[in-house]
Order: sequence, then structure tokens, then C-alpha cells
Amino acid sequence: MAELFRLRTDPEHTADAVALADYQPGGTAVRLEPADDARLLIPHLGALRRIDIAFPKFREGRGYSSARILREAGYAHEIRAVGVLYVDQLTFLVRAGFDAVLADTPIDRAVAERTLARFPAVYMKAADAARPVWELRERV
Amino acid sequence: MYRYDKYDQAIVDARVDEFRDQVARRLNNEISEEAFKPLRLMNGLYLQLHAYMLRVAIPYGTLDSRQLRMLAHIARRYDRGYGHFTTRQNIQYNWIKLAETPDLLADLASVEMHAFQTSGNCIRNISSDQFAAAAADEIADPRPYAELLRQWSTLHPEFSFLPRKFKIAVTGSAIDRAAIQLHDIGLQLVHGPDGEIGLKVLVGGGMGRTPMLAPVIREFLPVADYLSYMEAILRVYNRHGRRDNIYKARIKILVNDLGAAEFARQVEEEWAQLKPLGLDPPPSELARIAAHFQPPALGANAPVEIDLSNPDFANWVAVNTHPHKVPGHAIVTISLKAPGEIPGDASADQMDIIADLAQRYAQDEVRVTHAQNLVLPHVRRADLFDIWQVLVSAGLATANLDRASDIISCPGLDYCTLANARSIPIAQKLAVNLAPQEGDLGELKIKISGCINGCGHHHAGHIGILGVDRKGEENYQLLLGGSGAEDASLARILGPGFDENGIVNAVEKVIDRYKTLRADPQERFLDTYRRVGAEPFKEAVYG
Repeated sequence: MAELFRLRTDPEHTADAVALADYQPGGTAVRLEPADDARLLIPHLGALRRIDIAFPKFREGRGYSSARILREAGYAHEIRAVGVLYVDQLTFLVRAGFDAVLADTPIDRAVAERTLARFPAVYMKAADAARPVWELRERV
Repeated sequence: MYRYDKYDQAIVDARVDEFRDQVARRLNNEISEEAFKPLRLMNGLYLQLHAYMLRVAIPYGTLDSRQLRMLAHIARRYDRGYGHFTTRQNIQYNWIKLAETPDLLADLASVEMHAFQTSGNCIRNISSDQFAAAAADEIADPRPYAELLRQWSTLHPEFSFLPRKFKIAVTGSAIDRAAIQLHDIGLQLVHGPDGEIGLKVLVGGGMGRTPMLAPVIREFLPVADYLSYMEAILRVYNRHGRRDNIYKARIKILVNDLGAAEFARQVEEEWAQLKPLGLDPPPSELARIAAHFQPPALGANAPVEIDLSNPDFANWVAVNTHPHKVPGHAIVTISLKAPGEIPGDASADQMDIIADLAQRYAQDEVRVTHAQNLVLPHVRRADLFDIWQVLVSAGLATANLDRASDIISCPGLDYCTLANARSIPIAQKLAVNLAPQEGDLGELKIKISGCINGCGHHHAGHIGILGVDRKGEENYQLLLGGSGAEDASLARILGPGFDENGIVNAVEKVIDRYKTLRADPQERFLDTYRRVGAEPFKEAVYG
């Protein structure tokens, strides 16, 4: 049984996520497959409390774009990565806008904390609050 | 040359720490090889036939002497005393031990180098013109634009699991020494209507199984929109590039399937979403980077005339040097293609000698070329003879730049798990056989790949050779008429393939026929081929 790794402090929204094709306006949880167009959810972001994004293979990279598109559209509730994911991908996931991971292989908390704390600076803006080095350099 | 600030250094140091942690967990079996593979690949570490191979990034092919000496040290300390310069301006080491790689990366980090994204389905080393800042034909040094891309693409959270690898080349000149039409993205600095510099954007070129020349999708991209526009291209590719078939996953397939106009429309649409998000750094960031690339202070009164009475020296000057934008100076190409040697290989001692030359005579700069040679970009003509003498004693004075024995070759089946056939022995035989007459032949670019992935750029060869597997035997196809320069074209297969000796004979027959066909002694093989077509060569080889 996979264990949820969650970076949010608000209560978990536990409703079952429905497939995008089955989503009805007002639904609070939905699941995007890699090929699904995340922008189709933009009219419904006000109702959604959790969006699951599937990673059937670790090579699958579309979910990173999906999450970032949802954050760019202003969505602030949970985006959960679900599937074949490893602790070493956490930094990418968090920067792309995920704040929960349900990985097939359990994520070691100690390694996760080391991983997330490791890089003291980032080069580009993304979906998290980190400021790129070009902004920090400007202040000097 | 770009120097790291505290942020750049901290990021590279963190990467070393991260990889040390990952290797330790792998060696303790806390992570499976399956999970480790993508992690080591993003650090340029491949498992080859005999050992691990580590590819070290040389951003836009620029090194200083301190860095080149470190590459020599790594060759001695962690490998067997040599390294192999690649067609993407990187260096790779073929005999690496996994447990030692964290120390190796720490050594690299101590001279502001790394192996970020030298493999894997991510944005690879940004390549550029090896004559940057030295050639008279450029409108500006392309390397600040490449460094900005290097930083933007390093550990990009959205684009580290692309459908396939992604290669970007930037040039500042209309004379294309960076093969921009054969990259996933090719960028050329151009002047806008008011004389300001911007970028011409080409997308969807490449070699491999399905070679294509990149179409232009934007004639002029203002610098202020540079990174957000790159972001839009990558997002369209990441979302819509094919992932069902590894051989159809490069962006060229997407661009070709959609058509360049539709692809460009989708990029513009995505860019309209991204531009307002403030992804582009202010102009001061490019200016900060560009300040590291100030042209060297070269004396304008350096003597132009030099003593060329030594015929070997005079020949080397004629073949291996190019005019520099500052009179009295030259651009020196050091050939790593001595006939009979492995193309692109350099020993640790040779690297040290070249580092010494760079420091003493060449403003402390060395460049790596995509043709697997090294360049001293800023040299006084008056120093050429001293440099040449040192090169002669180091076995580095081969005068064959862009000639028949200056062959691009992938490592092939001698090293690579993907290869179907050996490349190096073919290159060695051809180089030895053709060297005696190469002066007469003039510019002739022979390029050899040991499998269809095309790392030896066979599709861009005036003469290309592709090694394939035919019923368990090595078989070599002969292609003619390719070019990776501003007159880019894709070479075409001439006919049935050959065995190892057969391909060498066939190339010699092609060259003999060329000598009877050329309009005058100055007409290059490529131009003769374009003028007369494939038929006379078919007849010569298969007739």
C-alpha cells in the first residue's frame, strides 16, 4: 500500500477522483491521464479540491506541464502526482506545482527532506515560490 | 569567459552532493538499477560495453586552461589517460568506476564544470560556434545567449522528462559552423529593423533515423522574449511530442507531422499564455553574462607578415588557421585526427600541452569543435611558428582541417552498446589511405556513424558512412552529398552496402571519379556531386 507524501497542512480531500471524461461541473476531485488537456479544467477550478495527475512511467513528463498549467491558472488546492515516481524527482514535482505524491514505491521521508533542502538556488521561475537567481542578482 | 558567481557554484556543488547521495543509495541497493538509470543519465553516466562512460559538459565548447588541465587530471586519475571529444563539444571518458564518479564530479565543480544533462530526455549541452568572438563574420558573440539558455535549462522542473533528448545550438554568424539546421532548436543572432539584435528561430532539425533540416518558425525573436518563447516551444513539445515510439519522439517528427506553420501557431498561442508570467529575466541579466565575454585586448598593430619559408609550417598555416577579426591574429585549429588515431581522442599529456599553449599564446581560451577538434581562438600570427613547433613535438600538428582525413566518427561498436558496427577502424583506414592525396582533394568532409542514431553525423557528410547490422555481419552504407553548414543538405544512400574493406574501396572509387569530374581543381567534392548528381558515382562504385 503506497503512502501519501503530502506537503500541505490543510485537511486531505478524500473524495474519489473521477476520470476527466466522467467529470461533471461541481465535482471536487478529478484525475488527469498524461494525454489529457489540463486546460479543460480551467472553468472548474473553483469547485475542485484535488487534482490527481497520473505518471504511469517515470519517463512520463506530460504531468509536469499539466500541473504547471493549473497553477498558472490560479489553482491553489492540492495537485497530487500518482504513479511510478521516485524521491529523486521530488524537486521537479514540487517546482512544477505538485504538493502531494502518491508513489508506487514508498518515499523515504529522510531522503525526501534532504532532497527538497538540497538546492539553495534555482535558475528559472516555475510554479513554486522560489525566486530565480536572476532576480536575486538584481538585488545586489 | 563566463565565471560562476556564488549561485552558480552553489547549484553545481549541490548537484555533486545529490549525486553522491544517489550513488551511495545505489551501492547500498536502496535504489534499483531501474530507478537509478534515469538519475545517472541526467549526470551523463552511461553503462557501456566495458565500463561506465561519463560525458562532461563543455558549455558552448569553451574552456580555459585551468579547466582543460582538470580534464587531463580526470583522464589520468579516473580513466586510462585519455578522453574523447564529441560532436556536441563535450568530452567523454570511457573507463569510469561508479563509486568514483562523485569525487570526479567534485573535481569538475572545483573548476566550474559539471555533467548536468549530458544525457537523458532533457535539454542537453548548448552548443555554439567554435570561432565565436574571433570570426569576422559574426554579428555578435553567441555565447552569452547560450549561457543564458544553459542556466534556464539546468534542472528545469517542467522539461526534465521530455519525450526524447533535446539539443540546442546558437550561432552569431550567417556562416554556420554550429549546424543549427540539424538541431532540435537552432538559433541565429540577426539584426532587427532598427539594428537591434534578436534571434532567428529554427525548430525540428536532426539526424538519426529520420534526418530533417529545421524550418524557421520565427524570423525575429526579440531578446526580451527569448526564454519565455523557448519555454513555449518546449511546452508544446513536452505535451504533444510522441511518446509511443522512441524513434518518433524527437521534436522534428512533431514539427513535420503538424507542419511548420501549424507548429509555429501553437507555439505562439502557448507563448501568449506564458509571456505575462514574468519568465524572462530583465536585460541586465544578459548584460551581466555578456560582460564575461568581453573581446580580448588584442594589439591592433600585430604583424601580419610572418616567415613561411618552412614548407610544413606554411602548409599547416594554410590548412589549419583561419583569419581573425583583428589583423595580425589567427584562429588555430588543432587537429585531433592524426591519420591512424582515434578521431577526437586526446591524451592527458596532450591536453596539458594545449592548456599551456592557450595560457601562453591564446588569451587562455580553448574551444571544442563539433568536428571533434580543438581551437585556439585568439593567436598572434607572430606566435604561430612557436605554437606549431610545440604541436609537432606533441603529435598535434596534423594539417588536415576539413580534409579527407579530418573524419568525424562516433565511438561505434568498440565502445557503444547501441552500435551495430565499428566506426573507428573505418575512420582509421580511410584516413591513412586518403591522407597522401588530401591536399589535392581540398575540402572533403567524411562522417561515420556505427548505427542509425547518427552520432557520427553521417547524414551531414559530403561522404557519409553508416554502419548497420546485416544478418549478424557489420555492413556499411555509403551516402553522398550531405552538409551541416549554411548550405545544409542531407546525404543520400548511393546503393547496396559493403563490408569493412569494401566500404574503404568504395570511398576511394568515389574520390577517383570526383577527380575526373570536377570542373576545376577548386571545385569541392560536394559541389561536383551537386552539379553532376549521383549517377556517375553509382557507376564508379557499382558499375
